[in-house]
Amino acid sequence: MSQKTKAEELEALAAARWRVAAVLTAGTLVSYFGFILLVAFDKPLMGKQLAPGLSLGILLGALVIAAAWVLTGIYVLWANNTYDKALHQFRR
Amino acid sequence: MNPQQAATSIGEPNTIAIVFFLVFVGFTLAITYWAARKTKTTSEFFTAGGGVSAVQNGFALAGDFMSAASFLGIAGLVALSGFDGLIYSVGWLVGWPVVTFLIAEPLRNLGKYTFADVVAYRLKQTPVRISAAVGTLAVVSFYLIAQMVGAGNLIHMMFGLSYEAAVVIVGVVMILYVLFGGMIATTWVQIVKAVLLLAGATVLALMVLVKFSFNPLALFQAAADQYGPEVLAPGKLVSSPLEAVSLGLALMFGTAGLPHILMRFYTVPNAKAARGSVFYATGLIGYFYLVTFILGFGASVLLGRDAIKLVDKGGNMAAPMLAEAVGGKPFLGFISAVAFATILAVVAGLTLSGAAALSHDLWTSVVRKGKAPEHEQLRVARLASLGLGILAIFLGIVFKGQNVAFMVGLAFAIAASANFPALLLSMAWKGFTTRGAVASMITGSVSAVLFIFLSPTVQVDLLGHTEALFPLKNPGLVTMPLAFLVGWVVSLLSPEPTAAGRFDEVRHRMHVGAEADAPAPAVTPVPVSVPTSSPQTT
Repeated sequence: MSQKTKAEELEALAAARWRVAAVLTAGTLVSYFGFILLVAFDKPLMGKQLAPGLSLGILLGALVIAAAWVLTGIYVLWANNTYDKALHQFRR
Repeated sequence: MNPQQAATSIGEPNTIAIVFFLVFVGFTLAITYWAARKTKTTSEFFTAGGGVSAVQNGFALAGDFMSAASFLGIAGLVALSGFDGLIYSVGWLVGWPVVTFLIAEPLRNLGKYTFADVVAYRLKQTPVRISAAVGTLAVVSFYLIAQMVGAGNLIHMMFGLSYEAAVVIVGVVMILYVLFGGMIATTWVQIVKAVLLLAGATVLALMVLVKFSFNPLALFQAAADQYGPEVLAPGKLVSSPLEAVSLGLALMFGTAGLPHILMRFYTVPNAKAARGSVFYATGLIGYFYLVTFILGFGASVLLGRDAIKLVDKGGNMAAPMLAEAVGGKPFLGFISAVAFATILAVVAGLTLSGAAALSHDLWTSVVRKGKAPEHEQLRVARLASLGLGILAIFLGIVFKGQNVAFMVGLAFAIAASANFPALLLSMAWKGFTTRGAVASMITGSVSAVLFIFLSPTVQVDLLGHTEALFPLKNPGLVTMPLAFLVGWVVSLLSPEPTAAGRFDEVRHRMHVGAEADAPAPAVTPVPVSVPTSSPQTT
């Protein structure tokens, strides 16, 4: 492989990582601030009971916590499979 | 005496709690003795020699973050106001994905002991190290004061010890961990504490849920029957959307700028383990907050809000009181000892990161220009730990009786405004310069401190004025963008070609890692030399 493609390869790799990181960060921001703004602007909606003991607010709050973990998991899966493989290719 | 007050033994000297606590301290000091024999180099002292596994570091990260305040405070808030406590839990958790996506791996690959390693990588060492150390020490000091004052009050309430005795015990034991065992001991203390805290909270939650046929919804419904459906709906906590967004920003990006959290990414062997450890930590902390939510509701249903408020107006004793109600005095003793242990572990981690800033950033890099021999670095690190430990005890006693809750907010605001923007810009933007970095870090720290001082928290709540010059309780919404903007504008005004020229080297190391650099010259010297030479020749 020529030297120039090696530098380009790294640039593409770096760009891919920042892109994935940016999309997932945006996902976290949207889920969290979506929750907070609903709490701030529509308290009655968040207090609406979906089942005995379960309000929409409690469900969404628990979902934001779960989403934080799932988004982290998606990143780890992507990085462990796609990104690390590309890195391995690059190192050779 | 009120019958409800007689029902709890909180505030009396509790033999079982003291025995549990002595067992914990004895066990962790044995770990420290073992770790001390393995701590011979600076790298072992600051980062456990990079030999911590992803799972272990996940527990240790969770341990660093799950302070006694978040355990007792959130349980108390839920007990007294219901749903609002969940808003806090959510806010405290959402910083972790951001840490994973943006910070963990590049930090691990670029740095050695502190986040200043990353910011200063291609910039001028002296000014960047000094400003980063100022930010770190400010965050560490405010966080330490809050922890020490909280420790004194809590232990006074739970064990019946005097405030001063509690502060001195916490300080002395913490100094022993850090001074002799360094990061190896601190990591294991965190792991032991995290396991005890998670196990204790889980058992307590199960003992509550057994009364509701293991259905949390039945518990929530019981609370709604007792206090009205509004306990399941948002209350007064989020009154202004701007306030909520500002606090959210500080919590989210502050986590990505806390020095004792950032330092943990150097304890694992590589970037893959760094990202894995945040995944474990996020899961553990998320689980812990959900359990805490159940504990809060359990306390409000089983004990009643009035009884909780009688013992402590802020509700901080809700979880320990619940432990006594469902598990008797031995369980109260266990939960109290775990809360005490939690504070010990958190202050140990904080002190170690402060010592790294003093020794690695200020002494080794600035005073000795990187030429300090290994044994000298280690000696300065130990002296710094001892000094910070003594300072923590001193501050804990000086601030006795003060309302220092705002100091945690201040620590997060400085971390989000001073540390995070400079860290992110140095990793992601080629045009970032020394002046830009220094200006951004100084702007972040100074504006965060200034705006908190002018905020209603200090002006109205603390000083008793009728209004505050700055309307928000948390300044993150203003100070974080300001730090980014100042860093950007100052960098544009004074370009630094050498720093820009070394960006390709940074990018290479940030993604490929340092371990690949060693064999690289033998196989192919291309990746580093070609990108760095091209901007200089043109």
